Amino acid sequence: MTGRGGAIGAGLPSDRWRIWDAALWLAPVAAYFVFPDHLVLGSQVIIAALFALSLDVVLGYAGITSLGHAAFFGLGAYTAGLLAAHGWGEPLTGLACAAVVAAVVGYLTSFLVVRGSALAQLMITLGVDLLLREAANKAARWTGGTDGLSDLPVGDLLGVFHFDLAGRTGYVYSLAVAFAAFVLVRRVVSSPFGLSLRAIREGAARMPALGAPVGRRLVAAFTFGAALAGIAGALLTQTSQGVALEVFGTERSASVLIMLVLGGTGRLYGAFLGAGLFMLMQDYLARLDPVYWQLWIGCLLVAVVLLGRGGVLGIAEVLRARWTRGSVP
Amino acid sequence: MTAGGPGAEPGVASPPVALRTEGLCKRWGVVYVNDRIDLTLPVGARHALIGPNGAGKTTLVNLLTGLYPPTAGRVLLGDTDVTKLAMHERVKRGLVRTFQINTLFPGLTVLESVVLAICERTGAARRWARSVARLDAPIAEAAALLDRLGLGSAAHTVTRNLPYGKQRLLEIALALALQPKVLLLDEPASGIPAGDSTEVFEVIAALPGDVTVLFIEHDMELVFRFAQRVAVLVDGRLLTEGTPAEIAADPRVRDVYLGETASEKLG
Repeated sequence: MTGRGGAIGAGLPSDRWRIWDAALWLAPVAAYFVFPDHLVLGSQVIIAALFALSLDVVLGYAGITSLGHAAFFGLGAYTAGLLAAHGWGEPLTGLACAAVVAAVVGYLTSFLVVRGSALAQLMITLGVDLLLREAANKAARWTGGTDGLSDLPVGDLLGVFHFDLAGRTGYVYSLAVAFAAFVLVRRVVSSPFGLSLRAIREGAARMPALGAPVGRRLVAAFTFGAALAGIAGALLTQTSQGVALEVFGTERSASVLIMLVLGGTGRLYGAFLGAGLFMLMQDYLARLDPVYWQLWIGCLLVAVVLLGRGGVLGIAEVLRARWTRGSVP
Repeated sequence: MTAGGPGAEPGVASPPVALRTEGLCKRWGVVYVNDRIDLTLPVGARHALIGPNGAGKTTLVNLLTGLYPPTAGRVLLGDTDVTKLAMHERVKRGLVRTFQINTLFPGLTVLESVVLAICERTGAARRWARSVARLDAPIAEAAALLDRLGLGSAAHTVTRNLPYGKQRLLEIALALALQPKVLLLDEPASGIPAGDSTEVFEVIAALPGDVTVLFIEHDMELVFRFAQRVAVLVDGRLLTEGTPAEIAADPRVRDVYLGETASEKLG
């Protein structure tokens, strides 16, 4: 085997852009023009996708089970909300502050989380979320308690673009932030650090024998995931100019998990696909069948999980593999 | 050479020590699985560790690598006491092992696994600013290592789809990728077809002379062919240690371990 120098690396994790990457990202851009009346829903989908992407780092890549990921979404949401309520309505710095606050709390809680078994991780993340929710509830003087904060004076984006009622600014803003986050996450998961996370997920017992400090890597991954979730939360506050206790809801943690599993874990685009499917179906089914719509979403989830591992994208990969094998004699 | 002796021979100009244990003990409940083990591996040693099943060979490797703490005693790597260091910190200092049972990364490809091991060695595995596909030096190094072990054609195979024998080779490839100073091999050839196990040992024999190797092996033919010295572990104690010829001639070793077949073989 000679002269394969560059070719050998072909199958390794890469963050090079391919045509279908561009095609996938053109879809939400096109949606802006095709569905101008649904931009508020659109930005909610994008925010959910970003939130699911942050969980993908934690669960899909690092293999940390979390049922309380809304804790960091909520922290980001309230950070942006409180800043705006106290006169700091500038969106981008608000976003950065939300990321920092979520990252700090994520870093501190990660030490409790990464050492435990999957069940312990589930319980600790859930517990942290419940604690934060209760704290936000009790601190009603600042957070508005169960009423939350509304009509927040969020400043114009870049000092130019006003957050309009039709949600145009909100949509473009959310999409731009989600895209930047995606580029960053893709770089991270395709890096040696990302490879080591996958290896920890695949065989945590072997990693110390390679000289890898497993705990430290998981702490870094959890902190990173928390920061991204905080950004998603802040986006929701800023685009809706309000924040309520439900940002900490267990239902939010659960539904983001469903989105990710539906789309496919550890695949980045699974987060976007899952969030899109979930939110659009929720919207569509809730109108079609206002009483039992959750039943249909549940059926879909069960079907996807039974049909194949790796969600919709996993099934697509299997089909593609079968198709290419079939077409090559 | 007596059982439990300090190992180093006084008066003789001996090579520097790569790995040494002092009174290493491991107790599970009331049973001493390892009992006061004093073992010395000079730099460049090719040592075999033999003994019947349950003698505590794997436990000793686990104590040396820090998988669990000893009940008593010390482990010294060169001049450094590493007894209190975690496994990954010992690996960073060059103490590397393989496992008796494959402990690999089922969902990673062969190449990914080896590139990862190299990145862990160089410290690149903490970095996130560049994607793996662009790391030319580690990729080339991994490809060369895989070729050396006959795994070149399986580079892009996902580990879980790899035949068992090739998985054993990958286990060794991961250890070699770490460029060990001291390499502990727990039955490296187990599960490999008889003819191929020689190849495994030839790779190990071809390691640079300053790499110290301790291997556990049941196949006496391989032991006598590739080991310069043999340590015999029985019931958690170091029964004796010597050259293959000395071990083969030792009546106690014949009694507890080798049996008639092996002694016949050795004439």
